Amino acid sequence: MSVNNTQARMEKTLLIIPCFNEEASIGKVIEELLPKLSDFKILIVNDCSKDATSEIARQTGDAIVIDLPVNLGVGGAVQTGFMYAIKHNFSFAVKFDGDGQHDPESIKELIQPLIDEKADIVIGSRFLQKNQGFKSTFWRRCGIKFFEFVCQILTGGRLTDPTSGLRAYNRKAINFMADHYPSFDYPEPEEIILASKNGLIMVELPVIMRERQAGISTISSALSIYYMLKVTLSMLFVYLREPETKGSQNNA
Amino acid sequence: MLENIERIQVISIIGSLAFLLMIARLIKDRMLKEAYAILWLLFAVVFLVFSCWKRGLDYFANVFGIYYPPAMLFLILIIALILVLIQFSVVVSMQNDQIRTLTQEMALLKHERSEKLKSDSSN
Repeated sequence: MSVNNTQARMEKTLLIIPCFNEEASIGKVIEELLPKLSDFKILIVNDCSKDATSEIARQTGDAIVIDLPVNLGVGGAVQTGFMYAIKHNFSFAVKFDGDGQHDPESIKELIQPLIDEKADIVIGSRFLQKNQGFKSTFWRRCGIKFFEFVCQILTGGRLTDPTSGLRAYNRKAINFMADHYPSFDYPEPEEIILASKNGLIMVELPVIMRERQAGISTISSALSIYYMLKVTLSMLFVYLREPETKGSQNNA
Repeated sequence: MLENIERIQVISIIGSLAFLLMIARLIKDRMLKEAYAILWLLFAVVFLVFSCWKRGLDYFANVFGIYYPPAMLFLILIIALILVLIQFSVVVSMQNDQIRTLTQEMALLKHERSEKLKSDSSN
């Protein structure tokens, strides 16, 4: 592929960062992303935070900030990002966490399979190679293993990190997800079944994730059983449902 | 039809009539949409019919193997409640999606407008 072609395509990438009460980390996350900014635009979707997330993000002057008037959960916030990407004609979108867990270094690598047209969705996996950075708790790893198992049964494919939130999408995936992205919190495993069911090609790449720099995880231990059940149920029904007929074209 | 009236019958007739009136009133005052009243009205009428028509109640209770016929009235009531609650869950889920879409569109438009105001004032 010629250099020119690659650069022309690189220009329109949107970094979607859903945020809920991330005032402690969001400034640093944006600052860290800045050196990479030549090819990207940063979109902060503030999911009705009760703290200064929106103000801090605006003050940096380097991020587009959209404030949701009511709290929708991660799914609804990310979907808003996809809608924005369609409206402003972005070729690629990357979902990135606002808590400092994700490494800006991995973004370019994640986009590459999209440019090479090898995938519609690229998932950053913590477990594809021996992990150096992030160590999660025993129970959390059990949960991830469980979702990996369910994904494998329902899609037949093997993905090592179905709960990873670091993902890149091409235009086809953006169009689809703007219409059908799973609502509520914790959409990642469901998204995999949805994508597989609707013929979007997924590829995993190894990434290093860090400990979250501030804030608390979206899943507290008391709620985790509830979330496990809910997400598993959603995955099952997405699998049982017919592939979506709406989407892909009608939003362009 | 109304021969040998029992006390439970009187109570259920009065009850279902009062209920029908209440639903009708709510629709008339536009506090209840017709679409959501249909299930209520349907079951209120069924309840009323079986409250009046004792022999029908006995007959159907026998068919379903219910030993004490008025218990069938409670069965009808419970089925009605479950169906209406399921209808509510469906409506709530639907509205959940509608509210999400509205919220997203509004946030996007608000952002668009503030961008436009910014570029207008800088020109």
